[in-house]
Amino acid sequence: MKLPIYLDYAATTPVDPRVAEKLMQFLTMDGSFGNPASRSHKFGWQAEEAVEIARAQIAELVNADPREIVFTSGATESNNLAIKGAAQFYHKKGKHLITAKTEHKAVLDTMRALEREGFEVTYLDVEASGLVDLNKLEAAIRPDTTVISIMFVNNEIGVIQDIAAIGELCRSKGIIFHVDAAQATGKVDIDLETLKVDLMSFSGHKTYGPKGIGALYVRRKPRIRLEAQTHGGGHERGMRSGTLATHQIVAMGEAFRIAKEEMHAERERVAVLRDRLLDGIKDIEQVFLNGDAVQRVPGITNVSFNYVEGESLIMALKDIAVSSGSACTSASLEPSYVLRALGLTDELAHSSIRFSIGRYTTEEQIDHTIKIVHDAIGKLRDMSPLWEMYKDGVDLGSVAWVAH
Amino acid sequence: MAYSNKVIDHYENPRNVGSFAKDDPSVATGMVGAPACGDVMKLQLKINDQGIIEDAKFKTYGCGSAIASSSLVTEWVKGKSIDEAALIKNTDIAQELALPPVKIHCSILAEDAIKAAIADYKQRHGN
Repeated sequence: MKLPIYLDYAATTPVDPRVAEKLMQFLTMDGSFGNPASRSHKFGWQAEEAVEIARAQIAELVNADPREIVFTSGATESNNLAIKGAAQFYHKKGKHLITAKTEHKAVLDTMRALEREGFEVTYLDVEASGLVDLNKLEAAIRPDTTVISIMFVNNEIGVIQDIAAIGELCRSKGIIFHVDAAQATGKVDIDLETLKVDLMSFSGHKTYGPKGIGALYVRRKPRIRLEAQTHGGGHERGMRSGTLATHQIVAMGEAFRIAKEEMHAERERVAVLRDRLLDGIKDIEQVFLNGDAVQRVPGITNVSFNYVEGESLIMALKDIAVSSGSACTSASLEPSYVLRALGLTDELAHSSIRFSIGRYTTEEQIDHTIKIVHDAIGKLRDMSPLWEMYKDGVDLGSVAWVAH
Repeated sequence: MAYSNKVIDHYENPRNVGSFAKDDPSVATGMVGAPACGDVMKLQLKINDQGIIEDAKFKTYGCGSAIASSSLVTEWVKGKSIDEAALIKNTDIAQELALPPVKIHCSILAEDAIKAAIADYKQRHGN
């Protein structure tokens, strides 16, 4: 078996070979390399046709009209365009925005930027499950609230928010509803005919497409208007100028076409592997699943191993590529803000591991992962004075620790 | 985190992991650090009547360099008198393991663990 084993599909996915093959047809002299905005010759027409096919493929996955899809450089740009664009366009209606504390940084930092422009933002607490409480959301709404942004699937813990119910609430109050769906495409069914969502962000590379491409859904009925954030040639109906990246767009279209075709079979296969993983580690004591146990995608599993420290755990798991909520693995010194928002202690947040399973994960890889996890936890706990105290029945909360 | 080969070696093959019986009068225990800070070290020394450290064991909850620092210390203190062991400095540990600057606190914690164990010994032997 090739090591390390890739279990970080929530960070990014490899490009599906079928997608890569498509992408390469739009680069060289022999391919359709033209500028889709060139209206005067065949090179341009061919590229434009390919872009429109891709636009339709993306619209089809989420049951939208192709004219509602705007291409961007990725979900981060889509989030920026959606939130800043709507907040600024409708600023005369009000300057209050709402989001949740567990959103992706691309949403949270966009909100922070708007605060510096004079907007007020409510960062909603989530429940211990990671889910937004509808009543608390409703209570946070003010007469001057214009935009609410809540993600579909959380990137760290995989919980699925009740987008249908939040959409109904927003629509009834006349509030624009933006959804970051970067982790949702190809994982959950999305029907924008029925969902009362006004703006939705998509990413290419989380769904077996290339990096550097994304899209924003902008509802036509009722029509949502945005202040453009990138100015230029007026591409994408003026909402996002810049020459369209034909090869990436075509690739994202193909990736989303495959997602629509295969998502139900894939979801079942991934769920079987996830159950196998959970079954394999459930006999380890003091392991906690983070986030709601039911309202979640099968691809993302986040667990905390009590009494082992995060960085040494990552070192012990060097043969599997996973991500950790530990501060030691990131530039900042704080552990995961998502896990903290769920109410986890620093220690449990530090010892969390996110296993994300995807299209190319095999049963053999899961079995080997289970073995590696058992060995690592066993070794680190044998070495852990906290584990020893826990086993001796010492209440760690009652110990007078000498903090340093 | 780019660790030196010595840290990796101690992390992967830690020396002297374990515990001595707490009620053994020749055993001194030092426990330092706090779970919320991400490091807890427990160092135990077996000290004979001449005040010589005959054996040492550790358990550490912490990052790779915390584990390596405590593992190294158990090797260094063996055979030393408690007065000699008290002279081990964090800078010696940090230098031996080539710890990166952000991990210097691990070597300080290891020095503190030796001092705490010796203090425990002296308190229990009325000295």
